[in-house]
Amino acid sequence: MKSLEELNAIRNKVRARVDLRSEDENQTRVVVGMATCGIAAGARPVLNALAELVAEKGLKNVAVVQTGCIGLCRFEPIVEVLEPGKETVTYVHMTADKAKEIVETHLIKGQPVIKYTLSAAEK
Amino acid sequence: MYRSHVLVCGGTGCTSSGSEQIIKALEKEIEKAGLAEEVCVVRTGCHGLCALGPIMIVYPEATFYSMVKVEDVPEIVSEHLLKGRVVSRLVYDETITEKGIQSLNETDFYKKQHRIALRNCGVINPEDIEEYIGRDGYQALAKVLKEMTPDDVVKCLLDSGLRGRGGGGFPTGRKWQLAMGNQADQKYVCCNADEGDPGAFMDRSVLEGDPHVVLEAMAIAGYVIGASQGYIYVRAEYPIAVERLKIAINQAREYGLLGKDIFGSGFDFDIDLRLGAGAFVCGEETALMTSIEGKRGEPHPRPPYPAVKGLFEKPTILNNVETFANIPQIILNGAEWFASMGTEKSKGTKVFALGGKVKNVGLVEIPMGTTLREIVEEIGGGIPNGKKFKAAQTGGPSGGCISAENYDVPIDYDNLIAIGSMMGSGGLIVMDEDTCMVDIAKFFLEFTVDESCGKCTPCRIGTTRLLELLNKITEGKATMEDLDKIEELAEYMKQNSLCALGQTAANPVLSTLKNFREEYIAHIVDKRCPAGVCKSLLSYSIDPDKCKGCTLCAKNCPAGAISGERKEPHVIDQSKCVKCGVCMTKCKFGAIEKK
Repeated sequence: MKSLEELNAIRNKVRARVDLRSEDENQTRVVVGMATCGIAAGARPVLNALAELVAEKGLKNVAVVQTGCIGLCRFEPIVEVLEPGKETVTYVHMTADKAKEIVETHLIKGQPVIKYTLSAAEK
Repeated sequence: MYRSHVLVCGGTGCTSSGSEQIIKALEKEIEKAGLAEEVCVVRTGCHGLCALGPIMIVYPEATFYSMVKVEDVPEIVSEHLLKGRVVSRLVYDETITEKGIQSLNETDFYKKQHRIALRNCGVINPEDIEEYIGRDGYQALAKVLKEMTPDDVVKCLLDSGLRGRGGGGFPTGRKWQLAMGNQADQKYVCCNADEGDPGAFMDRSVLEGDPHVVLEAMAIAGYVIGASQGYIYVRAEYPIAVERLKIAINQAREYGLLGKDIFGSGFDFDIDLRLGAGAFVCGEETALMTSIEGKRGEPHPRPPYPAVKGLFEKPTILNNVETFANIPQIILNGAEWFASMGTEKSKGTKVFALGGKVKNVGLVEIPMGTTLREIVEEIGGGIPNGKKFKAAQTGGPSGGCISAENYDVPIDYDNLIAIGSMMGSGGLIVMDEDTCMVDIAKFFLEFTVDESCGKCTPCRIGTTRLLELLNKITEGKATMEDLDKIEELAEYMKQNSLCALGQTAANPVLSTLKNFREEYIAHIVDKRCPAGVCKSLLSYSIDPDKCKGCTLCAKNCPAGAISGERKEPHVIDQSKCVKCGVCMTKCKFGAIEKK
């Protein structure tokens, strides 16, 4: 190790990985339905895409977690975004590409992507 | 990129309850479920809640599973890791509330804790230097080498109020300052990892869970005093700690964080391990250094102090593992941050190994000034089986017993000395009403008799004579004059022993004699052991009204001391009885009495 820059480069590379192991009451939770219905509909690539993007963008306050079946199996893969103090946004028929849009528009810019939400799909 | 991390404790506690097999099973099941690219298994150090091991935490949900068995692994993988359904039957029950599963930090065990020395334990993989770096590891060393002079570092430590965590409580900054001021062609930094107090395992947990923090702090110490070589003296009985230290040292060398010209500053520093064979006296600083030199581990008189003439007769500083573990955080967060915690003269936090008659046996780190009541009742979860708190032993064989009347005294270095005990390295053994205080004193003295190195007479002969006097008491053969003899002998040992082992060996006796004198008197005058522990003073008898004559006691008595006809009350022959208590545990009618 010859310089602080080298050390910081390693730190920044590993930080996203280690930050996953923190607990914060105020964090935004991105919940992916991973019951049999969700997995069959393709939830796993969505979950992995979300987890990767959140780490890649360095979103410290976001946790990507899984959940079981919420009962709307025909809309799977479902992703819910729970921000503290805000109403839950439910995205349906998700794909890895849509997930990217959600991360960029909703999680980073704070604007829910209305066209992918449950209420849009039900119309 | 892994979306989920499964942390499994690989500390000694959880390893002995089978965490290695769990890790193997997990890796196999994860592979089988096709999750190997998504979920990683991390073997960490101790989480502290050893009573509930093996422990597993799944992130990002932070689900805390306790007492996990190999058979539970397929369910955890298929339900939780694949489908996201928490296996609620395995979740630590303290985290389950009416509102759902709460954060681990909200549970009684963790709520009052403040983790500085243990901040990475149970969080990072101790065998991966990058995870340590990811948690700001080696930043303090970089800061010291780039921005601070040795004087700045010493001032920072002095201002922080950090005192030695090995027991003595000597200000760390002062120690470094003394060694810094002495000129020599070579100086040394030593780490005392020869943790020997019965029931203490703080240092082991730091070494197992976060070995790099010790290496980093030792390098900082090397820079401050002008040493290029460090030694860690660790006992060979800590195989996991030794292994992880070896890995850590090699990784640090590979990354250029040990070795020549660290951070391009021109500063060279390297560390070697020295394994101790487990002699208690080698935790004493002069004996420890003698042992590193390759000689028989015996103490020698001070002065000269190690800062003047230590290892290989060169100026040396010797700090305990936990002391070192605090230093990088103090450098990074500043002296004021550290000094804001704790009491007036004892700053920061202290790690305690909580053991004995308490529900949550394990490792806790609490701010100085926390009361014993908070530690036992809140963090420790109270005493099992509805028993009453009687005393707590701190400081191991050099310390003493704190009685219930001091339950609310804020724990720090000076208060503990004032109430007749000492901080010691941090073992804290809780005792309930079934504990005989004379017996406890005897236990610690048996330990020091074994561990006395024999070099000086007051300790070698004194401890043995003292133990004989205690044996006399527990056998009911002592007189009140023996108590005076104990006090006289104890005082003599304190004044004349060569090292702290002998000087403090009588403390467990003196403190119990002070706080529980009536118990000693009961043994001597009434020939009675109030707690019902000392065998010579006990007798078992059968209540003829309750005895049904089932013969179970007679069949199980190893001494053949019980006789009687079937369906008739039985009798114990006191001359044959060995007081093993088997009859009492076997009797289904509660007919056997212990007096």
